[in-house]
Amino acid sequence: MLKTRIIPCLDVKDGRTVKGVNFVDLRDAGDPVALAKAYSEQGADEICFLDISASEEGRGTMLDVVNKTARNCFTPLTVGGGVRSPDNVIALLRAGADKVGINSAAVADPDLIARCAARVGRQCVVVAIDARRTGDGKWEVFTHGGKRGTGIDAIEYAELACAKGAGEILLTSMDKDGTKSGYDIELTRSVASRVTIPVIASGGAGTIPHLIEGIQETGATAVLAASIFHFGEIAIEDAKREMQAAGIPMRIEEN
Amino acid sequence: MQTVALIDYGAGNIPSAQRALEVAVERSGLSCELIVTDSPEKIAAADRVVIPGVGHFKDCREAMFGVSGLVDALEDSIHKKGRPVLGICVGMQLMADLGLEDGETSGFGWIPGKVEHIPTDAGLPIPHMGWNELVVRTEHPVLAGIETGNHAYFVHSYHMHCANPSDLQVEVDYGGHITAAIGRDNVFGTQFHPELSQETGLRLLTNWIKWNP
Repeated sequence: MLKTRIIPCLDVKDGRTVKGVNFVDLRDAGDPVALAKAYSEQGADEICFLDISASEEGRGTMLDVVNKTARNCFTPLTVGGGVRSPDNVIALLRAGADKVGINSAAVADPDLIARCAARVGRQCVVVAIDARRTGDGKWEVFTHGGKRGTGIDAIEYAELACAKGAGEILLTSMDKDGTKSGYDIELTRSVASRVTIPVIASGGAGTIPHLIEGIQETGATAVLAASIFHFGEIAIEDAKREMQAAGIPMRIEEN
Repeated sequence: MQTVALIDYGAGNIPSAQRALEVAVERSGLSCELIVTDSPEKIAAADRVVIPGVGHFKDCREAMFGVSGLVDALEDSIHKKGRPVLGICVGMQLMADLGLEDGETSGFGWIPGKVEHIPTDAGLPIPHMGWNELVVRTEHPVLAGIETGNHAYFVHSYHMHCANPSDLQVEVDYGGHITAAIGRDNVFGTQFHPELSQETGLRLLTNWIKWNP
C-alpha cells in the first residue's frame, strides 16, 4: 500500500533557510543541508526546497545546496523557485534534485509544463499553485511569491496543468499560509477531486490534527509544512505515529 | 580492484545514485572504483554496470542509442561476459522487449515482458508517487535482508509485466500488482529508486555490489 507523505519545506535564500509568515517576515532557521539531513533521519518522506533568492548568484548557490543535499541524504528532493525553462529544470535535476517545482513561469505560459515534461518526464514536474479565495468555492491563482493576482481560476488552472503534463500539484493556500489554522480543506478537496495526479496540501498546518484532516478530508496524498517542523513544535516521528493511529497509512520503519 | 560504471547518458539525477553507490561500495568492504561515464570502452571494461533512467521509455532508449557503441558494449557485458547489470526505474524498464509509453518502442529484450501503463481502474492518482511496501517474492541474493513490508520510493506511471513469473522478484500493491523488481541471470532491475530509499535502498545496492551471478 502506498503511504501518505509528510514533506517539510525549506525556504532557501542565498543558501540559507528562511520561513516567512504570510511570505513576508523572514526568520532564519539554519543551514538547509543540515536541516534536510535531520528531517530525512526523522522520517521525512520527501524534502522540498523553495529558492526565494532574487539574484543569479543566489540561484547559483542553490545548485550547490541541492548537490550537497543529494549527496547527504537518500530522500527524494523537490526544488522550486525561479524556474523558467526546461534548461533550468535540467540544471536542478543534474545538480541532484529529483523533482522540480514550476510556479509563476507556468502560469504565464502553461505550455512550459508540456515542454518540461517532454524533456524530463512528467513525474519530475511539480506544478506549484498559490491560490487565494475570492468568493464562495472560488480561488484565484497568485504568482511571484503570492504577491501578484492573475485573475485565473485555481481549479481550472490545476486541471490545465494536469492536462499539460504536470506529475504532481503542490497546492498552497495563500489565505492560510503562515496562520497555523489548518489547511484550506475546501480548496484542496476541490483540486484533488478534479485532477488525476497526486496533490500536496500546503499552507496553514499548525498542529498534527491539521495534518490528519489535510489528508482525510481532501484526497491529497501528501502534506507539506514548514515552520512547525523547523522550530521543533512538531517532530515528524510524532506526526507520523498520530496520523497512523488516525487510520492514515504512514511509512514507519521498525529499526 | 573492480570497476563499477554508472552510465551517464543525460537522463536525470546522477548525484543521488552516485553517492548511494559510493556508500554501498564502502559498506561492501570490497575494493571498487566507481566511475560515471557514457564511454562504451569504459563500460565494456567495467566489472559491473548501473543503468539509471528518468522520464520516457522512448527518450531514454534513444539517448542510449545516441551514444555510439554504448548499447553494444552493454549487450556484450551481459551476454558474453556475464557481468552483473542493474537497471533503475526507466533503466529497468528498458530491459523489457517492448515499451507501450506513447506508442510502441522496442526495449533491449534482456528480460521478456512489456512495459505497460499502471492500471487505473481503482481511480488512484497517477504517477504512483511515494513510499510503498515491498512484497518480496523470491530469495534473490540482491534482496538479502530486504523483507516484505520494507518501504521503497517510487515515481512512475508505467511498469513492467514480466512474461515469465519467475523473473518477478518484488511487487507492490497500487490498485493492483505493480512490478517493483525483476531479475534474470546476471541482470537485475528495480522500478523503485534504491538511491532514494534510505536503508532499504542502500542494502540492495550493497548486496548488488557483492553479487557474483
